[in-house]
Order: sequence, then C-alpha cells, then structure tokens
Amino acid sequence: MSPVLFELLLRSIWETILMTAASGLISLVFGLPLGLALVATDRGGIAQSLWVNRVLGAVINGFRSVPFIILLVALIPLTRLIVGTSIGTWAAIVPLSIAATPYYARIAEVSLREVDHGLIEAARAMGGNRWTIIREVLVPEALPGIVAGFTVTLVTLIGASAMAGAIGAGGLGDLAIRYGYQRFETSVMVAVVIVLIILVCGIQWAGDRLVARLDHRA
Amino acid sequence: MNQHFTASVELADKVDSRSAGLGDVVRLTELKRRFGETAALDGVSLTVRKGEILGLIGRSGAGKSTLIRCLNGLERPDSGQVFIEGREISRLGERELQPLRRRIGMIFQHFNLLSAKTVEGNVALPLKIEGRPRAERRARAAELLQLVGLSDKAKAYPSSLSGGQKQRVGIARALAARPALLLSDEATSALDPETTRSILALLRDINRQLGLTILLITHEMEVIRSIADRVAVIDAGRIVEQGPVWSVFANPRSEVSRSLLGAIRPELPAEIQSRLAPAAGEETILRIDVAGEAARGPLLSDLAAAVPGPFRLMHGGIDHIQQQPVGTLFLSVPGADANHLAQVIAFLKARQARVEVLGHVAGFV
Repeated sequence: MSPVLFELLLRSIWETILMTAASGLISLVFGLPLGLALVATDRGGIAQSLWVNRVLGAVINGFRSVPFIILLVALIPLTRLIVGTSIGTWAAIVPLSIAATPYYARIAEVSLREVDHGLIEAARAMGGNRWTIIREVLVPEALPGIVAGFTVTLVTLIGASAMAGAIGAGGLGDLAIRYGYQRFETSVMVAVVIVLIILVCGIQWAGDRLVARLDHRA
Repeated sequence: MNQHFTASVELADKVDSRSAGLGDVVRLTELKRRFGETAALDGVSLTVRKGEILGLIGRSGAGKSTLIRCLNGLERPDSGQVFIEGREISRLGERELQPLRRRIGMIFQHFNLLSAKTVEGNVALPLKIEGRPRAERRARAAELLQLVGLSDKAKAYPSSLSGGQKQRVGIARALAARPALLLSDEATSALDPETTRSILALLRDINRQLGLTILLITHEMEVIRSIADRVAVIDAGRIVEQGPVWSVFANPRSEVSRSLLGAIRPELPAEIQSRLAPAAGEETILRIDVAGEAARGPLLSDLAAAVPGPFRLMHGGIDHIQQQPVGTLFLSVPGADANHLAQVIAFLKARQARVEVLGHVAGFV
C-alpha cells in the first residue's frame, strides 16, 4: 500500500470513528429519554398516558421502517439546515443520529421494561416521586442493559456510516468502495476489513467489560 | 376571614383526631375496593393501635394485599376512609401522599432491594428521597445495619446476601426514615422456618425497643402465633373475626380461622379419625379446648379425682400464646356407660373447657 493510500486509510478511520461516536452520543442523549418515555407512558407505567405512548410508538416505528439509504437522501434539506452543507462527515452525522435514536430508544425500552415492578412499588412506598423512581430505580437497575444496548447501537452505526459514503461522508466504507472495489486495490479492501473487525471487536469488548462491572444482579 | 379559616382548620383537626381515637395509628372504616367482578375489599373496618403488632391473616386472594396497599395509598379504595395518625388519606393526590408515605415503612415478600445499590445505599434510600445530607444518611444506615446485625455487609450488594439477610436489609431500609408504622407484606413467606423465626424475633425486638406499630399480613398462623398481639382474620374481603391472639386461638369463631389454625393446633391423628363412627361404640373420643385459667390448673388429675373411672389421653397439648395457656386435648373415655361419660363432660364444662364429642371407636387397641 502506498504512503498516500495509507494516509487515506488513517483519515478514513478517523472519519468513521468521528461519525460513530458523534451519532452514538446523540442517539444516547435522545434515545434514552425516549425509551423512558415509552415505558413510563405505557399501561401501568409511572406516568401512564396511552395516547402519548401510541403517538411516540408510531413516530419511532415510522423512522425505523425507512431504509437508511433513503433516509440519508430524504433528510438532505434538514441536514443542510443544521450543518450548512449536505456533503461530508459532519453532514452524515445528522441522518445517522436520526436513524440511531429511535433504534436505541427501542433497545433502552426493552431494558427498562425488565426492571422488576416490585422495585418501583418499593420506591413509591418510600414516598418517592416519578423523578426519584427514574433516577434511583429505573435507570440504575436497567443500566447493564442500557450499556449493552449502546454497544450494539455503536456497532450498528459503524456499518451504517459506511453507507453514508453515498453522500460523500468519507469513512472506511467510502474508502473500501472507491479504492478497494472500483479501483481493484485489494490491499485497501483487506486493510479496511481488518480495521473494521478490530473496531467492532474493540467496542464490543469494552462494552462487555463495562456491563460486567455494572451488573450486580444475581 | 383569615382567622375564621384557621379556626375551622383547627376544628377539623380536632374532629379528625377524636374520630380516629387517641393512640390509633390506623383506622379503616367500611373500606371497599372492587377489581372488575370481584370485591377485593367488601366493607373492611379495622383499627391498629399505637405500639401493637396486629396480624392480618387470610387465605391468598382474601384481600390482604389490597388492604395493606390502601394504607400507604398505593391502592385507592372505591369507598370508605383510611385514617393514618388521624388524617384521612384515601382522597389525597399522589403529591400529598408522598410525604405521608415516609411515615410508613414497608417490607415485602420478595424484599424488593435495588440490585444496583449496596446494602448501605439501599438502607439510606428513604433518607435520600427525603433530601437528607449524605453524612446523615451514612450515619443512620450504619446505625440501622447494626440494629439488624449486618454491619459487616454495608458495602456488599444484595445479590451476595442470603434471603434472611436480604429481609434484614429490607427491615433496616423500612426503618430508615423513622416511620410511625411498619407494614409487612408476607415478609417471611419466602424464607425457611429457621430464618422466619429470626426475622420475626427481630420484628418483635424492634416493636419493643422502638415502640413501633406493626401491621403484618400473612397466611401462616405460626407467624401470628409467635409475634402478634392481636389478630384479624380476613375472608372474601371482610374481617370475619378479630381479637387478642390467644383468645382467637383458643376459641376460633369462624370457619376460616379454624381452617387456618388447623396447621398449628393439635388434631386427632388421622388413623383414629378414620375409625370414628357416629354410633356409640366401646370408646368415646372427646375433643377438649381449654384456655386461660382452665388450662392453668391440674385439669386431668382433678378430673380423675372427681369422676371415678378410666379415661385415656390420646393426643394434644398446652401451648403458651402471649403468656396465656391455650390447649387442645383428645380424651378417650371407655365403656358404654352413658352416665359416666355425661359426668366427665359435665366436670370439664364446669371447668370452662369446651367439649365436643367427635365420635366413637369400637375395639380399640
């Protein structure tokens, strides 16, 4: 591999990490409250409101059912509004975040739903309000699942960020297509795949370690 | 205007405290709660006095859990009133209930400890909810863990504890905010007999040392027997019987009480039971229930002295409940002499014993 290609590879790695980390963080910040809202407003939840629950569920399902490549193009006006351009790494972060947020919301919802109802009742019996229940019971008890789900989301985002090459986002996927595939640079293709494997394994390993440390359930 | 308002509030307070009775921590009047077609509570009136341990017993589905959950507003009655320390709470909103719930500790069958918090964190949680500073929370948690004998487990997580230890943590947590009332929802039902005894002893100690009022619900008479002062029996959403434990044990009036007591009171051995016949045979089997003074005296030797002729003790014993002797004896009176039998029964009845002729057995060993 030539030094130029190697430099290109390094830049692509950085772009992929940037896209994954930024959109992962955004999906965590918005997806976790959304997941909480889904659980809280559901029947028997701490802020039961079936109407809100149904609307939220429908919106989340709507976003999740649009194929990412279509979302990428459909969101171009919004991206332009937020980032100022529709091309490049930062521009890709907008559709990536919007796709990952409802995805993560559903994953967080599953973990939050698994929290034993008896624990919520115990907190209520102690005189706790909704905020107490969220802060002291729901989130801490679901934390292992919330972290494991975030790991899954990050790995999914690495894959999705490759598609964002379609709008000139750069990143490893883009490099693999343009150099590895279209220019028959097998060495680039192999290098990209190896780097991706290392990235995914690294994230999964770190996530698993963190979950093991957080999980005090029997 | 302002003065008038204050005066009327004071009046209302006075009426409340008087109607609740001085020293009553809980008073329920005509509590009703339906779930669909079934009436979980069908007009329950009950009082828990300050400093006592009241045991509420009933079969599963009798309405025990619904009742206990009405006391801290986790469940709302359809009608009727719930007075906690003289204050009617059944119509209060969630926000008004929250400070009130801090006056009521609760322990659960499945402990309901937070797995993500250490033992210390669990015990301190009610204080955290109250907004107490960290130093105070830690000091109080340490104090309570000492009380329940788990000082060395402060930094452990609940998953590493045994069932009995978990319930001790649950008790410490329930006491953290210095409640006026402790609710126990089948707190020993998931524990083995030995652990149950130690947890009950702990509750009894707490009741005596701190003067804490305890309402415990259970389906096991043994629990009532070992720690309750008074017992109320609930069946199909109604209180069918209540009174001092020893008196209900000695003289259960309802069918439910008798059946719940069956497990811990002496019963005629099945082998003899199966041979009982209604027709007069060679031997008559009597069941004798005694309590209080009647059980304290030398009943059987007095009987032997007063009524000549043989009788045989088949089964039974005298138990001590709240320092009151309560017993059931099964006697066999041989012979076809009806007069002799009548004398025996008359003597026992004169001694305040309840006598029941269970039947006759022919050709006894």
